[in-house]
Amino acid sequence: MNEFFQALADPNLPFFRYALISGLLASIPFGIIGSLVVVRRISYIAGAISHCVLAGVGLGLYLQQAVGISWFTPFVGAILAALLAAVILTVVSLHAKQREDSVIGALWAAGMAIGLLFIARTPGYNDPMSYLFGNILLITKSDLYFVIILDVVVVAAVSIFYNKFLALCFDEEFARLRGLNTGLLYLALLCLTAITVVLLVRIVGIVMVIALLTLPAAIAGNFARNLWQMMLFASGFCALFIFSGLWASYSLDLPSGPVIIMIATVVYLLVVLVLRKISFGRA
Amino acid sequence: MQKIDTLIPDVQIKNLSFSYDQNRVLTDVNLDIHHLDSICIVGPNGGGKTTLIKCILGLLTPEQGSVTVFGKSPEQARLRMGYVPQYATFDPYFPISVMEVVCMGRLGNSHGGRFSSADRAQAVAALEQVDLGGYGKRSFSALSGGQRQRVLISRALASGGDLLILDEPTANIDHTAETHFFDLLGSLNKQMTILMVTHEVGFASTFFKRIACVNNQVVIHPTSELTGELIQNMYGGDLQMIRHDHRCCEGGHSHE
Repeated sequence: MNEFFQALADPNLPFFRYALISGLLASIPFGIIGSLVVVRRISYIAGAISHCVLAGVGLGLYLQQAVGISWFTPFVGAILAALLAAVILTVVSLHAKQREDSVIGALWAAGMAIGLLFIARTPGYNDPMSYLFGNILLITKSDLYFVIILDVVVVAAVSIFYNKFLALCFDEEFARLRGLNTGLLYLALLCLTAITVVLLVRIVGIVMVIALLTLPAAIAGNFARNLWQMMLFASGFCALFIFSGLWASYSLDLPSGPVIIMIATVVYLLVVLVLRKISFGRA
Repeated sequence: MQKIDTLIPDVQIKNLSFSYDQNRVLTDVNLDIHHLDSICIVGPNGGGKTTLIKCILGLLTPEQGSVTVFGKSPEQARLRMGYVPQYATFDPYFPISVMEVVCMGRLGNSHGGRFSSADRAQAVAALEQVDLGGYGKRSFSALSGGQRQRVLISRALASGGDLLILDEPTANIDHTAETHFFDLLGSLNKQMTILMVTHEVGFASTFFKRIACVNNQVVIHPTSELTGELIQNMYGGDLQMIRHDHRCCEGGHSHE
């Protein structure tokens, strides 16, 4: 057990500290955006955005390694792809007559396909595994700055526009009638979700993003009396899962992403079962 | 509150038609609603009641014809309308306090979505109007159906405005609460025009000045025509619910 803390203190293992610090700092936007995603019921939209990230990653790898555009890193590609997906999904939700869930599914799969095709055409060996399933230990010092910037952006945007986001999620029609530009607000929500998802991909990978975004918020929703409490509790749960997940993955020598997700899932199930039991006991 | 020009109707609908895809829901509707009028909208499901009020609110754009509210487009007049939507559309687990719901009615009047103490005072007053004075800190999801409905009404009242539009607000309210509700509407009607979609005609006949039967077309009856005897003839007894296979009046429209 103490080995975990010794590893944290070990000057030769800086990546381990970066992983933990960035994971804990990232819990703040995860909890805030996760709560909005859960109450607005758009977790599948977050899933589609996350899978589109692979298209950007693939494009980044290809442009860097095959074309030689060095500034276009997989990270830049991921951000652009996620934001583009957010814009497309907003337009679809506002204007298209097609069933929204079909478009979400199409984008979901196309994002993956584009990414894998770019990776196939990129010279050298590129393992998509770390993008698909995440590896928090690959986080570097520059990622840490990105996490801090994201913390500031998300906390500022949501605290300034809290009442508007609350109205958008609770009753969009009424919000529109009160003169809010709900289309623009929804776009802002999806763009914030997009950049949060890019960070989540670093930690738990594309495939498991939805779980770490929604499970802490879903658990928090059982105890919160209002939305900001839900955000607060969700951030707390998220930090707890990342911390305990890293610890367990280090102690048991298992990959961090799946361990974090399994802890979150088990806690979620336990909370649901215990609350069910309590409400049955009352009845 | 803005000055009201009593010469221009609060709501003026001219030759309005609306279709969902190929499906014509409203045809050639003409309707003037004057200030401090109170109209009850009745009609079968799918007859276009909700579509009609959404056109007035500016949530739907008419295919043909025009809607003006206070002499302007519905979008421009939005902040002068209070709206109580159907209660059934809400997520029952949404984490939100009663006060937060009511304050939503003040959005639009405040800058940047922040609420001033005046906004909060108005929200508190609106809660007191629906007899939920001490309920501000309660969780919205923990209230009974009838209480939630009253919270939604008080949210519309917090908006202020000169025209109150309600979509089936009495669906979840018990009889006693309903009597209170119509007392409340009666006092509000002294300053506001009221437009309400309902399924029940019992109280409606005593409160509303006019009744609009909406079934693709809109036909207005003054409530005075709707005497107890006529209701009995129409519905075959002292019924609370409206049957929609009736003939409304001689030579008039018929549903279905």
